[in-house]
Amino acid sequence: MRYYKVNLEQTSIRELNQQLHTLQEHDSCWQINHPNGGHNIAVGLRQAAQIEIYGSVGYYCGGLNQHADLTIYGHAGAGVAENILSGSVRIHGNVAQYAAASGQGGLVVIDGDASARCGIAMKGVDIVVKGSVGYMSAFMAQQGHLVIGGDADEGLGESLYDAVIFIAGHAEGLGQGCVELPMDEARLSTLQQLLARAEFALPASRFRCYGPLRHRLNPTPIMAEMQDMA
Amino acid sequence: MSGIDARHLVSASAMFSLEVQQAIHRAAETGTVAIQGLGVSRPVPHFDELVFLGAGLVRRPVEACGEGCKTNVTLGTRHAQRPIQLARPITLAGMSYGAVGYNAKQTLCLAAARSGTSLTTGEGGITDLERQSNGAIIYQLTPGRSGLHPDDLCHAAALEIVVSQGARPGGGGLLPAAKVNERVSQQRRLPPNTAMYSAARHPDWLDADELSLKIRELRELTDWQIPILVKLGATRVAEDVTLAVKAGADVIVLDGMQAGTGSSPSVFVEHVGIPTVAAIRQAVEALQALGLHREVQLVVSGGIRNGADAAKALALGADAVSIGTAALMAIGCNRPIYNFDYHKLGTEAGACHHCHTGRCPVGITTHDVQLEARLDVEAEAEHLQNFLQVMTLEIQALAEACGKRHVLHLEPEDLVALSVEAAAMAKVPLAGTHWIPGV
Ligand code: SF4
Repeated sequence: MRYYKVNLEQTSIRELNQQLHTLQEHDSCWQINHPNGGHNIAVGLRQAAQIEIYGSVGYYCGGLNQHADLTIYGHAGAGVAENILSGSVRIHGNVAQYAAASGQGGLVVIDGDASARCGIAMKGVDIVVKGSVGYMSAFMAQQGHLVIGGDADEGLGESLYDAVIFIAGHAEGLGQGCVELPMDEARLSTLQQLLARAEFALPASRFRCYGPLRHRLNPTPIMAEMQDMA
Repeated sequence: MSGIDARHLVSASAMFSLEVQQAIHRAAETGTVAIQGLGVSRPVPHFDELVFLGAGLVRRPVEACGEGCKTNVTLGTRHAQRPIQLARPITLAGMSYGAVGYNAKQTLCLAAARSGTSLTTGEGGITDLERQSNGAIIYQLTPGRSGLHPDDLCHAAALEIVVSQGARPGGGGLLPAAKVNERVSQQRRLPPNTAMYSAARHPDWLDADELSLKIRELRELTDWQIPILVKLGATRVAEDVTLAVKAGADVIVLDGMQAGTGSSPSVFVEHVGIPTVAAIRQAVEALQALGLHREVQLVVSGGIRNGADAAKALALGADAVSIGTAALMAIGCNRPIYNFDYHKLGTEAGACHHCHTGRCPVGITTHDVQLEARLDVEAEAEHLQNFLQVMTLEIQALAEACGKRHVLHLEPEDLVALSVEAAAMAKVPLAGTHWIPGV
């Protein structure tokens, strides 16, 4: 594995992204220092790589990520890991709004709190927020899981389609179409796996499960698929 | 009128016309909002109210034979390394796979590629057809973000961020359940047979400041290679265009209220937005005020039906036009065949706007296997190529008559208006006068 060290006080974000986009080898390891809240850092990665960012980042860090594993030792601005497809983005801090918006796959772990619209329009990503989430989180969420260790502000899961939400704390208000689902074995197993992947020590027994009304009335083939996967 | 004394009949109310009465009855009986496809159905000021002056002694016409008038257009010259080169100033507007069927999408792909123009994807991501197309594909980034894949973005000729569209500025999209078949549901990650309501706003930016960051993200993603277009439904045009350009747009796509839709609430289609003819001059003036007219290109859509409409849009300052409904008509929409199926929808050929039902009689806006089979891809692609060619010849003919060697040399001075409204909106004189109302 090759190691790279980049100082964003000396290298521009454009140069960094260009290098990351033209990477030939798999599994390189990058240490990125002094991000200084810069926007669009490590956007659009398509190769497996370990990326460690020391400091806080601005908008859209790790956006549209495929295969790479990013770790941010700091806070992240809006739209972190937006539209992630695979790989992972871990943030050892808090994140602003739209975290993992429309994410299609992969794992996003937020150690702190997430602001409004976390997981908005998510389409398959798994998100674990160890703290609390802001209003309208998982708005119109189509697929995937949102795990919330803390509380959720109003409108949780508003108009969601097939995504499933696990929450340990208090939900200030559920959005239209979002209802409590029984924590059956399949859902419990899914949650336990997510907690393990996120290295989140909170016991699964502390969580409740929410999802679309349809799943309570009539599990769809997609729901069955999710149970299979679990 | 046997038994009725005609003297006691009150004439039909202009206020409560038959159509208004029917709409009230329908709403009362169903308790649902009316949905329609195609676009605005009532008359609004349009290009028909403008005419070209042509040449005389003051202006000399260009000879079509020998001299001729060029039609090529380049879009996205501001920041992109690879601007889009078009053979003609006409592009094919975004029509999603979902709103239209697979065969229709294939037809549009083929015709665009063979005609040297671009096809815009529409909501719902890119299909294999578009991926394999030799033509320029403009990939739309819509609020729903369905099927968005960075590999596709990088292979597209351009990205188009849809802020809003002319048929429903401020409203989200609706893909009726009847159109969410298995392929569509997989592509959009939806449960099958479930209506898809797209959000009205993008999930990861809210205002113009954030849009500028979003545009930069997309440039980083695509290594600054391809143009970023911003599509705006025509409302507060001058302000919106100014903000979009300041946010970094390479091209503005301006969609007037006559724009088509696969499925939208009628109240939006008929009552929101401003007519295309009114929107163009506002956009052009905003670009001129920024000193960026022609450097940031303007593509105009919404009710462009023929070469005359297109030429008038160019004369008012557009760099290209985009056609949607007219392109569908070229491939058979409302063609008087399969009349029994129009009747089943409660309509007839020539009056159909029933795309939202998913039962298109000519196989365009449907996923029903039998209906789709009615669309002969090769034959209809040729029809659309013909139509694009005719439109181009018409634009050229009008430009030559106005003494232009390139269609982009057409200018507002070549036009006059036939109505006071059109004169005020297009800011050209009322025919036979020097009067431009409001100027
Ligand atoms: S013919 Fe088909 S495409 Fe045309 S308006 Fe009717 S349903 Fe829509």
